[in-house]
Amino acid sequence: MQDHSPTTDRDTSPGAAVIAVDKLSLTFQTADSPVHALDDINLNVERGEFISFIGPSGCGKTTLLRVIADLEQPTGGSITVNGMSPHEARVERAYGYVFQAPALYPWRTIAKNVGLPLEIMGYSAADRAERVARTLALVNLSGFEQKFPWQLSGGMQQRASIARALAFDADLLLMDEPFGALDEIVRDHLNEQLLELWAKTHKTVIFVTHSIPEAVFLSTRIVVMSPRPGRIYDVIESDLPRERTLDIRETPEFLAIAHRVREGLRAGHSYDD
Amino acid sequence: MTDTTAGAPPREGLFARLMAGTTGPVIVVCLAIIALWYVGAFFLNAPFAREMLARADEAYTFSDLLQRTMNEERPVLPSPHQVAREIYETTILKKPTSNRSLIFHSWVTLSSTLLGFVMGTVLGIILAVAIVHSRTLSRSLMPWVIASQTIPILAIAPMIIVVLASIGLTGLFPKSIISTYLSFFPVTVGMVKGLRAPDPIHLDLMRTYSASQAQVFWKLRWPSSMPYLFASMKVAIAIALVGAIVGELPTGAVAGLGARLLTGSYYGQTVQIWSALIAAAVIAATLVTIVGIANRAVLARMGQSE
Repeated sequence: MQDHSPTTDRDTSPGAAVIAVDKLSLTFQTADSPVHALDDINLNVERGEFISFIGPSGCGKTTLLRVIADLEQPTGGSITVNGMSPHEARVERAYGYVFQAPALYPWRTIAKNVGLPLEIMGYSAADRAERVARTLALVNLSGFEQKFPWQLSGGMQQRASIARALAFDADLLLMDEPFGALDEIVRDHLNEQLLELWAKTHKTVIFVTHSIPEAVFLSTRIVVMSPRPGRIYDVIESDLPRERTLDIRETPEFLAIAHRVREGLRAGHSYDD
Repeated sequence: MTDTTAGAPPREGLFARLMAGTTGPVIVVCLAIIALWYVGAFFLNAPFAREMLARADEAYTFSDLLQRTMNEERPVLPSPHQVAREIYETTILKKPTSNRSLIFHSWVTLSSTLLGFVMGTVLGIILAVAIVHSRTLSRSLMPWVIASQTIPILAIAPMIIVVLASIGLTGLFPKSIISTYLSFFPVTVGMVKGLRAPDPIHLDLMRTYSASQAQVFWKLRWPSSMPYLFASMKVAIAIALVGAIVGELPTGAVAGLGARLLTGSYYGQTVQIWSALIAAAVIAATLVTIVGIANRAVLARMGQSE
């Protein structure tokens, strides 16, 4: 491994397209009838954005994220990640992925879990130690290096899994309902920390959620999706300032965006039942 | 035990504490088995003893009968103390190198058990790795693995011994092949399950790193299969011992617990048979315990307790 940060020689200016999706569709062939998980998806994600996919379950938001991550194969249309196919991007380790569950390996300590991608990607031991310490500090988990996952709370485990996704400095962070299983108090706290982290690291974040306040609080752009077939119903630009605290959720601007998201969800949902 | 027993008399406290752990219940079960054994020995030996006493043409009391059933020279079921005396005489009183020593015979069987177990475990793991990584092998190999265990080992053991002897292999190795034959099976079945045990999400994680198949194996599949490996090794080591004993039977082997059982049955030495069986049981229990200790040590290193 010579170059551990494959994006250094690429266009890192804000505004460059990280992800370009064009007329993308994905149909799962099941025993009784085909399921149209995604249909006619068009989307461009620019560098440094914080994008949320929101929608009811079955709207394909996780599937779309998994297509970007090359964990699912689309059946139509085209998609590029960093100007490459998702497969090439995955091989180049272009993104860090945070799952719904922390997915920490129970037999590894927190430090070793965060170091796992670094081991796989062939970083030297010294480099690994430095990066693990740095990313654990970033998610406020310094001092927990030698603990095993079961010794940490759910929120701390999810922070460790975020540290793991950050450890190898991919510019793109894909997050699939990472706080969905946590209680609201912990979730608020982690939302604030995630925004801080985003401001510090200048990463592009794609965030899947089914919580309206979470989506509005975090995002620069909100993609509202509707189910059966999974489609993009609305894309909402947020005019909230980038620096936000939880108090912003009481402001009329915030509520206006939240209202529009809710309207979108309702309309996209209405023909459903 | 908590403070509630602190005020109770010390003897009761001791008993309660004993029963709270595993020691107490184990002792109770052992005592119960020995008691049952004595009862069984009396009833099984009584017909012959009655006959003998009747032949003596003298009146006999119940205690005469009891006395006789407990100390027959060739009892149907020897009493526990007869077996204990036999074991004592053939372990403590005999040199371990003598072919009358139970320790000598146990060692012969144990060495072929261990060799067979190691070979069986390695073979089992190799087969499991092959099955997990190849669809073709998983379809074609697994039926053979299962079929191999449907053949009675007693039928195939003499053939293995004879075939290997004809190509000049005798002694320890052919016997341990039979142990291998029996012990690879639980390891293969357990490890196929263990290596497929990782959560889909853990495998997806490896995919996002575009990890190689070898990395997925060593960093995910292998560690997550550890509990399965140890569970199947516990079974494997016990049946490896059975295999070693069975392997000694058809060859007319002169050494080993199997040989001890065989000569015992030739000459109606039931005491000798039973002491060999007890020795086999002790070895099996010890081996399984050692695997259990290794299991706990490995899982503790991996930050897990059972």
